[in-house]
Parts: sequence; structure tokens; C-alpha cells
Amino acid sequence: MRKIPFILFILLAGFFAVLLLRGKDPAVVESAMIGKPAPVFDLPAALKGKAGFSSRNLHGKPALVNVFASWCLACRVEQGALEKIAKAENIPVYGLNYKDTPQKLAAWLQKFGDPYTAIGADRDGRTAIDWGVYGVPETFVVDAEGVIRYKHVGAVTENDYRDIFKPLLAELKK
Amino acid sequence: MIVTLGHIALMGALVVSLLQPFIRRKGLATGLFALVSLSFAALVYAHASDDFSVLNVVENSHSLKPMIYKISGVWGNHEGSMLLWVWMLALWGFCVERAKKIPMGLKARVLAVQGMIGFGFILFILLTSNPFLRITPAPIEGMDLNPVLQDPGLAIHPPLLYTGYVGFSIAFCFAVAALIEKKVDSAWAAHLRPWVLAAWVALTAGIASGAVWAYYELGWGGFWFWDPVENASLMPWLAGTALLHSVAVLEKRNALGNWTIFLAILAFSFSLLGTFLVRSGILTSVHAFANDPARGIFILVLLTVAIGGAFLFYAWHAPKVKSGAGFGMVSREAALLLNNVFLFTFCATVLMGTLYPVFLSALDLGSVSVGPPYYMAVLLPLLLPFTLLMGAAPSVTWHKGSPAALLEKLSVPFMLTGMALVVLFTLPLRDKALSLLGCGMGGWVVVATLHDLWKKYGHKMPRSYYGMVDGDYMTPEKRWYPVDQKMTSEVALKMDGFSLLYLVMGEQDKDEPEKWVVRAYHHPLVLWILLGALMIAGGGLVSLTDRRRPS
Repeated sequence: MRKIPFILFILLAGFFAVLLLRGKDPAVVESAMIGKPAPVFDLPAALKGKAGFSSRNLHGKPALVNVFASWCLACRVEQGALEKIAKAENIPVYGLNYKDTPQKLAAWLQKFGDPYTAIGADRDGRTAIDWGVYGVPETFVVDAEGVIRYKHVGAVTENDYRDIFKPLLAELKK
Repeated sequence: MIVTLGHIALMGALVVSLLQPFIRRKGLATGLFALVSLSFAALVYAHASDDFSVLNVVENSHSLKPMIYKISGVWGNHEGSMLLWVWMLALWGFCVERAKKIPMGLKARVLAVQGMIGFGFILFILLTSNPFLRITPAPIEGMDLNPVLQDPGLAIHPPLLYTGYVGFSIAFCFAVAALIEKKVDSAWAAHLRPWVLAAWVALTAGIASGAVWAYYELGWGGFWFWDPVENASLMPWLAGTALLHSVAVLEKRNALGNWTIFLAILAFSFSLLGTFLVRSGILTSVHAFANDPARGIFILVLLTVAIGGAFLFYAWHAPKVKSGAGFGMVSREAALLLNNVFLFTFCATVLMGTLYPVFLSALDLGSVSVGPPYYMAVLLPLLLPFTLLMGAAPSVTWHKGSPAALLEKLSVPFMLTGMALVVLFTLPLRDKALSLLGCGMGGWVVVATLHDLWKKYGHKMPRSYYGMVDGDYMTPEKRWYPVDQKMTSEVALKMDGFSLLYLVMGEQDKDEPEKWVVRAYHHPLVLWILLGALMIAGGGLVSLTDRRRPS
């Protein structure tokens, strides 16, 4: 009887330890979209002078799709890493500009960097819903057949590139 | 210079806390408190003086931020809030050392255990969450504090909450001390009771202030969302409430000794569990701090040593503790035990609801979130008998009461409540049956308590009162924070009797920018929640001034 609290606690602590040690963040809502073809959509250009973004872009070559917005804090810090991936891997990075306005977007890109091949404007957020987005920033890796292979929640860092994106893209390019 | 001094003071505090379990010397807890205070003051100074050579200040402050938010911003982040946590711990230890009536042996053991907890957490701060880290070159401007946190609520809510959380460490230390001494009696309970009460008052006020803050600042239009981190504060509160009652039984009747020790360990365990859940990234929540697995592992080890150690001790030593006097089926002791059973069930319910999504997702069974429907379904039916008991319990006598006498005593409040319920249900509010039942049960508690108090007719019913809403100007705002490029909603509230009219600004109309969506809510009787929390905390304070001592 007196041992029950201890045993229950140890079980709970063991469970937490397994969670922490295997490094899987249980808080991340896993995307149901992984392994499925990217949704069909056609977004208008978010900025004048830069192409829009549609599902037709996602064929023939692996690509990143980055969901971002100028009002999003974490999005600021990932522009450098995205730029680096685009350059080093020679793949397009498409921007899905979520619930934003052209004026703010233009100023923001100037300030924090513009790694995008093309940016589609998702003013009402419908396309993001089709992608299963649940917060910005999120970054998808889409393979040459247009199938979603990975979803990254939160800002992409250089470490993420080294540990996650680089090996995955190398595999996709084979 | 001052920042370096603060860093050194914290290292000094680490040494002192390490000595505490081994050296029985008066003044160690006071010394620890002085060092941690110095350290905390240095961090406050760094924030107040915009010292952007300190990483913590850069990440959380901005030179244009108003002074009150520069200071409260100290605990608006993980590192600073941990330092506040440790400062509170040292403050409680200081108070115990100063308390005159606790016997020397008990006091020394309590402080020794507290020193160990302090050591663990100061080490945690220094190794994984050091707020004194420098950054070179120093930037000329900071990154500002999350706009949602720039509110007077930040100055009030976390300190109160932490006072409560950490206050339960004293109960924990008392419990471990009792297990070492293998002695649990009414004298021990009498020494413990004021500390439990003080911590419980602070926690009550802390939770209530958080609820109020959520209501007006976050613009969610509610007090409580069953968010995991809110639950993390509710669990120690429930365990603490149960402890408060069982301590009373132990003090008065020398019964429930082991159970009281268990609850004392449990209450602080929930405080620690909350700290772990919020800071390890195990749960996502609006309250969660930036996650770092190293921190999670460290706190988990701390948790295991503290809670696991205490429960292991409990498993070994508790059976030898004399279990004390027995009591009858209908007695104050039995009522309080029943109260404990209910509170414990509530606590377990909340724990299940909080951890269930984590379990599911860990076993790859999908992602779910457990929300209000679960809690309402499980807790509401239990609250009904609980309130019934709440009204009846004060009329029950200690040791052994007679059921007939109890029924006779309660007959008048019972009839009054029954009549009131009949009247309530004849009102044209049939679809609000649950609310009416709630009013009825609340009325029952009030009537039964007052009746018990005066042993005569004290008839008072909380009456719902819907006034007219007149056309005053209310000014909800959207505030724009340029550094964070972030908009927050400031709601406008208008009091009307015990009801509130709640206006919050929504989004700008896309096509006609001069038009905004405004949501309006009428929340009847919402002030009762606030008043209720104030009364609970106030009642605790009054009780604290009652200098009951072991005879």
C-alpha cells in the first residue's frame, strides 16, 4: 500500500525519461500529409515582379515549401538558413505567404532576406488548411513527384539543415 | 560589475545550500536568502538599466519598454523565472528559520531538506539556465518582451503563483522530516498548518490573478481553458486543499497521519511536475517556455531524486508511523476524509486529462487534445455530492456524531434550499437547468454554512440580477507593438451588477479598412468567480491570524 506512490511515480518518471531521451517532441502534431501528394492549388503572386506559386511548380525536382508571414516572429530567423539550403542544394524554395499584405511583405523581405524562387499569396489561409498547416512557420519537403516527404514545424536553423534537410534531400536526389 | 556580482552571489548560494544538510548552524538559511536576494536584485538591476551585454536582457527587454515591464520582464522568461523560483524558496526557508515556535530538531531537519532542494535548483540554473550569461559584442538594442506579457498581470501573477508553488516545499520538507523522525502527531500538524495555509492562500490568489489576466488581456473571453499549464497549477492547489483539511484532522484528532504526509509530498510533487512539464517541452501550451531537452533531463533527474526519494522514504518509514485515533462513520473526521477522497479524485482526473494526449502521441496512437468537454463530463457530476458535503460538513461533530442529530440540524437549510430550487425552476429559464442547479447548490452551501454559524435562520440567496445595459462608451483597443510586429487585443469591460459586458476587437475588414469586427459578450455573474476567489484567499488569511497552537 505504502509502496504504490513510489511505483507509480517511477513509472511516470521512466515514461518521461523515454520521451525526453529519444528526442521526439511529442508536442509536435505530426502531419497526416506526409507520403501524400501535395494538394492542388494555384496562388496568385504575392508581390509584383515575382512569380506566384501553384501545385504545377512541384514537379520534376525536389523543393521546399515554406509557410511564412511578415507578422510571424520566428519566420525572421530562418531566412538565412533557407537561403543557404536553396543555394547549397540548388533547389527551389517556394513561399506560401500566409494571411499577409503585399506592402508589409515587401518591407519584411527587404529587411530579413528573400530566399524564395516564387511566393504565392494565401490571403484567406485556405491553401494552408489544405496543406495541414497549424502554425507559421512550417516547412515542407516535396520530392520530384510532388509527394510531401517531410514537414518541419518552427523555424529552420542551420543545424536542422545539417541534421535533417541535407540527408533527406540527398536521398531524394538519388 | 553588478551582474558579475549577482552571478558570484548565486554561486555562493550554491555552496551555502550544499552546506545546509550537513551543518546545523543557525543563520545558514538567512545567509542563503541574502545571497539569492543579491543575485536576484542584480538581475533586476541589469534589466532596469538596459544592460544589453547580458543575453537575458537582450532577449527579453527593450530600452523603450516602460519601467514596470522592465522589472517584471525579469521573470517573463525561463531563466529569470527560475531565479524567482529559487528566491521564493530561499524566502520560505528564511521564514522557517525565523519562526520561533518550531522545535529545534524539526526545524533543522526541515531546513536540511530545503537546502537539498535549493541546491538542486541553483545547480540547474547555473548549469542550464544562467541568466547572467554575457554576449559580445553587446547589441545596442534588445529584442523586447512578448507583447502579451506586457501587462500589469505579469507583475502580479507569477510572483503570487510561485509563492504558492514553492510554499508547498515547506510542507514537503516537514513530511520528510517527520519520516526521518518517524513521528507524526498533532503537534507536528499544528506546526505545519500555518505554512500550508500561507502557501495555499498565495496559490489561490496566484491562480485567480492568472484567470483575470487571461480574461482581460488575452482576449479569449474566459477565465479557464483547461490548458495543460493551467492544470499544472490546479493540481497542487487541489492536493494542497486536501492537505489543508487532513492537517486539520491530524491536529485536532491525531488521525490520518500517513495520509497527511502523503498529501504533503504530493502537493509539492505537483508543483515540481508543473515546473517540469512547462519547461521540458513535453507539453505545448500558451504558457510553455522555450524548450531545451537538456533542461528537461536535468529537471527530470531533480524530480526523480526529490519526489522518488520522498516516496521511497514513505514506503519504508510510513508503516511504522502510528496511525492514531479512530473515528465513527458520521463524524467530522469522516467528512474531511470524504472531502479528501473527492479532492484526490479531482486531482487524478486533471492529471489524466493533462497527460493523456502525451501518452497517446508517445504510443503513436495519434494526436488529441483533451478539452473542457472531458472535464465537464467527469468533474460536474462529482461536484454535486461534493457541494452537498461542503454544506453539511461544518455541522458534523468530531469523533462520533449521530446521523439523526445531523439530519435535524440540517433540516432547515435543506428545506430552504429545496424551496429555492423549486422557485428557481419555475423561472422561465428551463434551458439553463444546469446553471440553476449550480445556483441551488451554491445556495445550499451558503445557507447551510450560515445556519451552522448562527444556529438560526440566516436566509440569503445569491440572486442573479440582469440589469439594463446602458449606452456608455467602452474602449476596446488593438495595440500594435512595432518591435514584435504584433497586435494584441485589449478588451473593454463594463461592470453591471455582478455581470460583465465584454468587448474585444477582432480583425480589420479587408475591403473597408475603417471597419473592424467587434465581438461582444455578456457574462452574467462572472464577478462571483472573482469574489469567490478573493473570499477563499481572504478566508485563508483570516485563518492564518488564528494562532491555534498544540495544547
